[in-house]
Amino acid sequence: MANKFFVSPAPHVHGDLSTTRLMGDVVIALLPALMVSVRVFGWNVLAITAVSIACCVLFEFLVQKYLVKGPATVGNLSAVVTGLLLAMNLPANIPLWIVVIGAVVAICIAKMPFGGLGKNIFNPALAARVFLLIAYPVQMTSFPKPTLEGFADAYSGATPLGAAKAGLVDFASFDIAGMFTGAMGGSFGEISALALLLGFVYLLMRRVISWHIPVAVIGTIIAFSAIYGATEGGALVWQMPLFHILSGGALLGAIFMATDYVTSPMTTKGMVIYGIGIGVITMCIRLWGAYPEGMSFAILIMNSTVPLINKYVKPKRFGAVK
Amino acid sequence: MAKTFPIGGVHPSDNKQWSKSSAIETMELPDVVNIPLSQHIGTPATAIVKKGDKVVVGQKIAEATGFMSANIHAPISGTVTAVDLQPNGQGIRQMMITIKREDDVWDEAIDRSETLVTECNLEPKAIVEKIKDAGIVGMGGATFPTHVKLSIPEGKRAEILIINGVECEPYLTSDYRTMLERGEQLIVGTRILMRAIGVTNAVIGVEANKPDAVKHLQAIVGAATDIKVQMLKTQYPQGGEKQLIAAVTGRQVPAPPALPIDVGAVVCNASTAVAVYEAVQKNKPLIERVVTVTGAAVPSPKNLLTRFGTPVEALIAKCGGLAEGDVKVINGGPMMGRALSNIAMPVMKGCSGITIMVGSATVRGVESACIKCAKCVEACPMGLEPYLLSKQARKRAWDAMEANDITSCIECGCCQFTCPANIPLLDYVRLGKQTVMGIIRARNMKK
Amino acid sequence: MTTLIYTILTLCIIGVVAAVVLYFIAQKFKVEEDPRIDETEKMLPGANCGGCGFPGCRGLATALVESDDISALYCSVGGEECMGKIAQYLGKAAPKKEPQVATVRCGGSCEKRPKTNSYNGSSSCAIASALYAGETGCAYGCLGYGDCVEACAFDAIHINPETGLAEVDADKCTACGACVKACPKGIIELRKRWPKNRAIYVSCVSKDKGAVTMKACKAGCIGCRKCEKVCEFGAITVENNVAFIDSTKCRLCRKCVGECPTGAIRMIGLQPLVKKEEVKEEK
Repeated sequence: MANKFFVSPAPHVHGDLSTTRLMGDVVIALLPALMVSVRVFGWNVLAITAVSIACCVLFEFLVQKYLVKGPATVGNLSAVVTGLLLAMNLPANIPLWIVVIGAVVAICIAKMPFGGLGKNIFNPALAARVFLLIAYPVQMTSFPKPTLEGFADAYSGATPLGAAKAGLVDFASFDIAGMFTGAMGGSFGEISALALLLGFVYLLMRRVISWHIPVAVIGTIIAFSAIYGATEGGALVWQMPLFHILSGGALLGAIFMATDYVTSPMTTKGMVIYGIGIGVITMCIRLWGAYPEGMSFAILIMNSTVPLINKYVKPKRFGAVK
Repeated sequence: MAKTFPIGGVHPSDNKQWSKSSAIETMELPDVVNIPLSQHIGTPATAIVKKGDKVVVGQKIAEATGFMSANIHAPISGTVTAVDLQPNGQGIRQMMITIKREDDVWDEAIDRSETLVTECNLEPKAIVEKIKDAGIVGMGGATFPTHVKLSIPEGKRAEILIINGVECEPYLTSDYRTMLERGEQLIVGTRILMRAIGVTNAVIGVEANKPDAVKHLQAIVGAATDIKVQMLKTQYPQGGEKQLIAAVTGRQVPAPPALPIDVGAVVCNASTAVAVYEAVQKNKPLIERVVTVTGAAVPSPKNLLTRFGTPVEALIAKCGGLAEGDVKVINGGPMMGRALSNIAMPVMKGCSGITIMVGSATVRGVESACIKCAKCVEACPMGLEPYLLSKQARKRAWDAMEANDITSCIECGCCQFTCPANIPLLDYVRLGKQTVMGIIRARNMKK
Repeated sequence: MTTLIYTILTLCIIGVVAAVVLYFIAQKFKVEEDPRIDETEKMLPGANCGGCGFPGCRGLATALVESDDISALYCSVGGEECMGKIAQYLGKAAPKKEPQVATVRCGGSCEKRPKTNSYNGSSSCAIASALYAGETGCAYGCLGYGDCVEACAFDAIHINPETGLAEVDADKCTACGACVKACPKGIIELRKRWPKNRAIYVSCVSKDKGAVTMKACKAGCIGCRKCEKVCEFGAITVENNVAFIDSTKCRLCRKCVGECPTGAIRMIGLQPLVKKEEVKEEK
């Protein structure tokens, strides 16, 4: 018989999930936010994104080929996701050379030295962003004013959180609709809550992520700022939370950065703890810290607790005695 | 919402369409059969025939050795030509009784008529004894001796009988066809089992992808309230004993060494219930079963009523033979079945189907790095952490695995099925489980 | 200026407090140990291979120091010289053990033992052997996935890609026995080490009957007993259809090698015996 018999242990079938598909879905989920940014800030956004992705992929390829000397890993699209997320965490008028430095930090410092995909402790895109924020504070915090007519280079507008820090926001009457659709200053990926929520729904539908981390983060921010709003002015119980989830990187961070597989906990219980931690640290930095925004720092700090959470927070075993 | 088990689970494509509509056919009698003495969990049976003996269909040829064992009966009539080591499906030599067929002469005590005998007035003990004599074991694949299951230990009490008609394993349709075509016998068998363990209610669990089976069984039960046919959400591994109990009763069997009886449940497979009917009402021992032969490239997938000992290759030939090229022949379904290296393997009591994979489906995907996506933790129906256990098994950290409840693993394969990085999680988890179980056994022996 | 002074002062105070705390903690948790254990451990090779049966060299060092009779304790990695030194240091009688070497008793190379199927599971002998007999017709032979290679701390055993079999580098082998434990098929045996790594052994462990073995592998022992009959030293026994040469009784006379019809008896570092020649005494 001209048969070649194969033998392997069960199971003999495999689901349709693959690393490439999951990463591809994250990219797709980020597209609405990217499109809003192009509409608001102009084509420059695409240039930054392209440079960021190209550099991340190139650096990963080079490190893998010449330093690790292992099989090529760029096919799994994880470098694309890192590049895209890094770009979306930058202001729309950032010089391209800074983007290149960001990619170096993300891939060559935050990701590959730990052993590549799956082994890094900190979210590479965020590590790079925080590095850039500290190394190039001027370029990283002068945001172009959002305009539907295209990119306005000369004008730098403050972010809502920056304004709030300076005590310039009247919480009773801020532009909710504008913050929802993209008319706010900030890194270009974080401006439209609507686009980000669209991405969230897509990720949930494709079962790429579970709801636990984003809901825990946002829920904590809401609860924290509601209590703060109540103690501060009584009447701000709902305005404060709304302002804090729509402004800054709250949604981008909660949906796309905190849920990064590698740097988030493995169990649902752990995810909730991790999400609450991010929410609390973010709000502490926003309300009492030196920086107007604390999402990146909060996620990085909680990233460092993930191994501990994985060690001590176990899933509920089937048949466990209550 | 349809009932299901509380945690984990996956949804593999069930692919039952290939064989679900073919009615049960009787497989031709083989000329020579090899009957393994170990077709069940526990001690192998002891042969009570020797070379040269004449046997008739249904004659006991091997006797249970001890409590955790099962009798074996001649599936064909003829002459015993050897009692010797023969390779099993995995190429490992086991004791088998070889019988050369002469005609088809049945033991006279067996009632071969088609008439349905519903009345059963035997004492519970007598029923269990008859089931034991007939050598009945769990026919879903685990092959746990049924009489052991029905012997309720001192101090425990059964409250409910659950008939497992879930057949959550993809591709297979033997239980499905049995429920459709032998529903009457199944219901009588269920009532006999209820009588044997002294319970007044039974639930037949069937997944939602078999609505006609639910309807058919419900029609047979009619207005009677002792048996309930319960439709369950289609989700693998619903047919796992613990998952089924949780789906039907909401009770969770604690971690080993606890057994289903600790939550008052006894679970029997649907085909087993039919076998019980035949054994108790018709004096027919377990000598044949329905085997599904299926797969994407099988020319004519079938459900074949096959005498034990028939070589698997004869079944495959009956269904159109193997396509040339790369193949993987699996004893059982694709999630938990065992791949065969020897297709001359005889059909046994636990062989519910033969699944044939061809082409690229025969080999696994290329393994890549774990991205800690937690899909395996999400999928595990036992609430374990497969990524961690497999890592620990690779490091041979057996103590750590025991502390992480490895013994609860039911080897369902959900983790490996779902892993986007194609990591052979279950390979290592299974290795760890076997090793840890060995360590625990050795420790208990010392005590 | 004051800032500077305060900074220096604060750091100094923290330093002193930490030192004091550390001192007391170290005192509190101090474990009294025989200093000879440290010395003994230093004398051991430090491979931590576990070949002695203890978890690491320190385990053996502790046992060596604590037990009066150390004849049952032995470090095969360090060998006679190392054990002699330790025994002298501890003032105890040095344990004696014949030097040994790991031997892979399977000769079923790819060409001698044809494949009947392809294994596609995890590359681990333990996993493959728990699943089934293996890729060939022989259920006893070397699987070649290298569990022994992984277990070896001395880089002394490798899978030869041409034969698909594990091969021991006798010069590197320390007879720690890690590979023996790792092999799920029980093929690897620790045998007496002859000078110049000479050896004669049956490279087959198949308990199958002769005809079955022959069908599966051209290099298998068929249990014909020819070797048993020719051996003058009673070193060869045939049990369960397979011959076994007791390395402590064998004198390397090579008579059995020529008798074996399948070539299952392997010879290393020796010339084949020319018929009718006088049996040379090995040194």
